[in-house]
Amino acid sequence: MREIGLRKDPYNLIIAGVGGQGNVLASKILAGMLVQEGLWVTVGESFGVSQRGGSVMSHLRISTRSFFSPQIPGGKADLVVTLEPVEAIRVLGRYGNQEVKVLTNTRPIYPAGVIAGQLSYPALEEIKDALEDLAAKVWYIEATRAALELGSPILSNVIMMGATAGLGELPLSREGFRRNIEEVITRDKVDLNMKAFDLGFSCFKGEV
Amino acid sequence: MSKLQNETEGMVCLFMGNEAIARGALEAGVNVAAAYPGTPSSEILENLARVAVERNLYVEWSANEKVALEVAAAASFAGLRALCSLKQNGVNVASDFLLHLAASGTRGGLVLVLCEDPGALSSVNEGDSRHFARMLELPLLEPGDFQEAKDLTAWAFQLSEELKTLVMVRSVTRLSHASGNVTLGKLALPSGQAEFRCDGFILDPLEGAVASAPVLYKHALQQEKIRKAKEIFEGSPFNTYHGPACPELLVITGSACSLYCREAIEILGLQDRVGLLKLTTTWPLPSDLIKKHLAQTEKVLVVEEVIPFLEENLKVLGAELAKEVGCKAFFGKRDGVLPSVGELNPDLVMTAIGKVLGDVACPGPSEYQRKAQSKALSLAPTREQTFCPGCPHRASFFSIYKAVELDGRRGFVCGDIGCYTMAMFPCGFGTLKTLHSMGSGLGLASGFGRLGQFGFRQPVLAVCGDSTFFHAAIPALINAVHHRADIVLIILDNSGTAMTGFQPHPGLGIDALGEPVPKIDIALVCRSIGARVESADPFDLDETTRKLSELIEDGEGPRVLILRQICALSPEKKGKKRYEMTVDESLCISEKCGCNRFCTRSFRCPGLFNDRMTGKAKIDEVVCAGCGVCISICPVSAIKGKEAA
Repeated sequence: MREIGLRKDPYNLIIAGVGGQGNVLASKILAGMLVQEGLWVTVGESFGVSQRGGSVMSHLRISTRSFFSPQIPGGKADLVVTLEPVEAIRVLGRYGNQEVKVLTNTRPIYPAGVIAGQLSYPALEEIKDALEDLAAKVWYIEATRAALELGSPILSNVIMMGATAGLGELPLSREGFRRNIEEVITRDKVDLNMKAFDLGFSCFKGEV
Repeated sequence: MSKLQNETEGMVCLFMGNEAIARGALEAGVNVAAAYPGTPSSEILENLARVAVERNLYVEWSANEKVALEVAAAASFAGLRALCSLKQNGVNVASDFLLHLAASGTRGGLVLVLCEDPGALSSVNEGDSRHFARMLELPLLEPGDFQEAKDLTAWAFQLSEELKTLVMVRSVTRLSHASGNVTLGKLALPSGQAEFRCDGFILDPLEGAVASAPVLYKHALQQEKIRKAKEIFEGSPFNTYHGPACPELLVITGSACSLYCREAIEILGLQDRVGLLKLTTTWPLPSDLIKKHLAQTEKVLVVEEVIPFLEENLKVLGAELAKEVGCKAFFGKRDGVLPSVGELNPDLVMTAIGKVLGDVACPGPSEYQRKAQSKALSLAPTREQTFCPGCPHRASFFSIYKAVELDGRRGFVCGDIGCYTMAMFPCGFGTLKTLHSMGSGLGLASGFGRLGQFGFRQPVLAVCGDSTFFHAAIPALINAVHHRADIVLIILDNSGTAMTGFQPHPGLGIDALGEPVPKIDIALVCRSIGARVESADPFDLDETTRKLSELIEDGEGPRVLILRQICALSPEKKGKKRYEMTVDESLCISEKCGCNRFCTRSFRCPGLFNDRMTGKAKIDEVVCAGCGVCISICPVSAIKGKEAA
């Protein structure tokens, strides 16, 4: 195994969103890429009935030495990637700390209680203020809009994976993504997925 | 090719716990696998089905868990290696057979994998089936990580053959549905020759009859097997200890909790004071090993999820050993050091260790955490569970709710297990009023429907899904017809076991491998039992409500309404919109309408929202599935659908 430096060991990555956004796939692909780089990865996630319209969250514990608990201890996230903006605030409420970094899609998905008029959903500016107050660094990306331009909103998770890789925080490469995505999609969709990944990758390249 | 079949011994793969269990079975040369779907267990059989042809396996989704265990046991009796995988309550369904199987013994390696759901992340109960191991006197293994999930499963087959009894392997959601690095072992070659030898001396374990009788003889034999298992467990390399020779506190744990404990001890920096004994053989307990560790400490904290199974068994052992090792102080769930409900995590274990040691400062919430929590509470609105956009259940329950309300006699609906369970919540208009186990909605309805002589006048309805119908509802329907219960059964047929990932069931014409098989027609079954049967498309709200109202009024024995519409997430439907939906803003007059924002306030489909700027309803194009049901709910016909190309 070659030497891989992690800024922290274990490095704790949270990927969160709403059921149906492709959260589980994103965590599986990123974890697969990291394992192929010779790292230990423990992934904990929620799915099943909990995904129906609910918040979903995957915990990736990335280490050079062993397994870790599939649940990150409170206050110990290093990077939070969210496919939906208020989910980032929700995650920071339990797992945030002063050094945490956040990468978030800006497109809201309204909870049923908001649609029914019983709860309110904050304006994007309010969300940004809260995130900037709570995180050491926040990157915003209009991933859903970009995905719609590419032809399908589901590609937003691939754009987010690309953007995560582009940060340079973890050993995530374009080639690694291709290897892993090819295992789960049909061949005719590979080019489109690579395009979405590249689009995300170039957004904040090496900004960490 | 599936990575499950990777031949490279020593290669490291990222495996979900359930994939690791399936791989372990393949390394052991499993021949037959049977299961009924249930989160978090379903991926075990799904993965085995994917490689069934190449590995020469027989794999089936059985009609229910009891039949699944019977199918697996038959393979064992015929000398093959077999696996049955279930979720926690599945063991209850299979338990009657399991009781007798424990006594009759087995031949080829037989492994029962139970995947439990502490915290009920995807269940309507927090059942713990470990008690079955003690109650039925069966060996129980609990893997503590992904590698052990594979290795212990493989070893369980060997153990089963050595003891000639079924071996239980218990996983939990945080293992089954979590993933981690697994180093591959050697894959067994596809093999297996089946023959049921039953012509020998009646008590011969390999050639006689397989039965639980003569009862006392078989029971004594079973206890002998458990004693032998204990001896084997004493030397198991899967039970490990890390920590000082004489720890101030000994933590005893198993399952995913071992990862929580290891991390908690590491974060608190207590490696020199706290020892960690991880047990993977949790019934029968390896008492000599435990005695050795108890002798070195005064305090014991038992960390486990759901019921204090390990804690109570260790306390019995502690009492038996007290004169040799002295009296120990035990901590765990029974004294409230650990919560008695819900799943655990490293934070809860840290708190527990802090409570026991007394002098360990567990970091309380920092100023940052208080601020972050308060912002999350005030800004992030809760996301209640809801039916997916385009889900047939929203439409079905809209009509069911309406028909019951129109009837006006305080009718109610007995619920059952599936996504439609959520009809207890606002997404299903709070329609369901009872919720228990699979098939129980109809059984309860059958009972309510016979209370007329006591002045009971409320209309009684029950719902069940298509898979649930085959699993457990048929005996209840027979009962209702035979006893002329005055009820309406609504079968929500969405063409698959949808909640767990579209596994086929007897009503579909395919098996676990996707091969064509005879299908059993639900309507025909109901008619042959003697019920009146109607059917409707739930997306047609008016027709569904009309038929249902008529069935509620027709008080003559059980009536069945089959509402058939494929699940919105099914591979056939997902991503394909029937309608391109829009809201005609000139027609939607919002609050002035008098509809009280009916589409968003009451119908609550996530595909519709109220635009903050205009105050009018709007379609969320990213979320909307294009089912078109909302076209008929707007009083001014502002919601429009154009057939998608």
